[in-house]
Amino acid sequence: MSTQDKVIAIIAEQAVLEPSDVTLDSTLEDLGIDSLGLVESIFAIEEEFDISIPFNANEPEQSDFDISSVAAIISGIDKLVSEKV
Amino acid sequence: MKRVVITGAGTINALGHSVPATLDAMREGRCGIGELKFRDVDRLAIRIGGQVRGFEAEGRFNRQQMSLYDRFTQFTLTAAKEAIEQSGLEFHGELSAKAGVVLGNSGGGMQTLDENYRSVYEDGKNRVHPFVVPKLMNNAAAGHVSMQFNLKGPSFTVSTACASSNHAMAQAFQIVRSGMSPVMITGGSESMLCFGGVKAWEGLRVMSKDACRPFSANRNGMVQGEGAGIFVFEEYEHAKARGAEVLCEVIGFAMSSDAADIVMPSKQGAARAIAGALQDARIDASEVGYINAHGTGTAANDKTECAAVADVFGPQADKLMISSTKSMHGHLIGGTGAVELLACIMALRDGVIAPTISYDEPDPECALDVVPNEAREARVDVVLSNAFAFGGLNAVLALRKV
Repeated sequence: MSTQDKVIAIIAEQAVLEPSDVTLDSTLEDLGIDSLGLVESIFAIEEEFDISIPFNANEPEQSDFDISSVAAIISGIDKLVSEKV
Repeated sequence: MKRVVITGAGTINALGHSVPATLDAMREGRCGIGELKFRDVDRLAIRIGGQVRGFEAEGRFNRQQMSLYDRFTQFTLTAAKEAIEQSGLEFHGELSAKAGVVLGNSGGGMQTLDENYRSVYEDGKNRVHPFVVPKLMNNAAAGHVSMQFNLKGPSFTVSTACASSNHAMAQAFQIVRSGMSPVMITGGSESMLCFGGVKAWEGLRVMSKDACRPFSANRNGMVQGEGAGIFVFEEYEHAKARGAEVLCEVIGFAMSSDAADIVMPSKQGAARAIAGALQDARIDASEVGYINAHGTGTAANDKTECAAVADVFGPQADKLMISSTKSMHGHLIGGTGAVELLACIMALRDGVIAPTISYDEPDPECALDVVPNEAREARVDVVLSNAFAFGGLNAVLALRKV
């Protein structure tokens, strides 16, 4: 599975949707993922890709990790994965 | 209904090992939060906390006691000794039979859990010390206080996360107010500053890496603390008859449940608890001069709490002071309301309002007088202490100057 497929699978599971319902330009809010769901999704992504995502729920907009859309999350993960190597 | 007064107070926390030391620190706006020191701290992303420093359990407690006392019990007994000594009470005969101890606590013996899990899982040992269970159980501290001070009445532990101490003190208050017992020892304690305790909190991603800045626009989360706060709640006539020094009166309380979300606070739930406490104490909102806030320094709590206060107090909200001492001692979780009650006592007795330190920038969503950075002298007659817990479980106490 590509990064994109893996991320969409994680987010779809969290949103209780089919992966086909999750598009690259979906926002987490569109998908009905609340703050707890967001924290759980980030945890699942960290586990899947063995990375640490700098995210503080108190200041999501201050974080270096962009969560404004599914596409932004995927590119953030790609960056963190490439930095890891 | 009986009147209930506080005739003894004791504490140990990051600001000091006694009530006078803690109040001095609060007056000076000193910060007790610093770099955490314990095993495996290098594996944590969050490395600050309000840790109790310079506390040597060895020497205070004998070998047999040490094998039974987790750090939260050690803190509790230390604070209970100070409180009960101040009250001048000795428990025997009928008083002993009726007096009990109700304490708040959330994590139980976390240090014991951490050490023993490490031993069996990480080190692969197959044997643990025989007293692991009596050491880690949440009611261990209450049990040891009852034994040490000969308290044979109603005793139990209340666990409602961050509201544990307020719920516990509310129960003790009810027991004395109803006439069930003339004296109750109450308050709470916590000792969660160990690898597992901080790691668990880290997971929620609500912790700050640098400071606890309640109500400040740049706040970025909570900081954990540890310690205990213990009080002697006594029926007023009982205290008066023996000429006891009265620190303040407990005049009411209320509890409510948000019934909404396991972690996100609700304005309505908080407001119902605050309004309920005013009603139970039969006071008008205009009488309240100070509120010791729950004020965790998270985005969610602080704005919800300010909105709840604004709802209940209306235009009066602009006249009262509200501060969060968590900025100094950190969030003691199950023990927090107890240590924070000391700020309420200081406000009533000494006319000194403890500040919210580390306050940098006003937040329009927290537009109340949060007593930023410096303590303030002010005469207040009635104060409230807020606690709003995960689970949506809230408890607010009301106190009056005597």
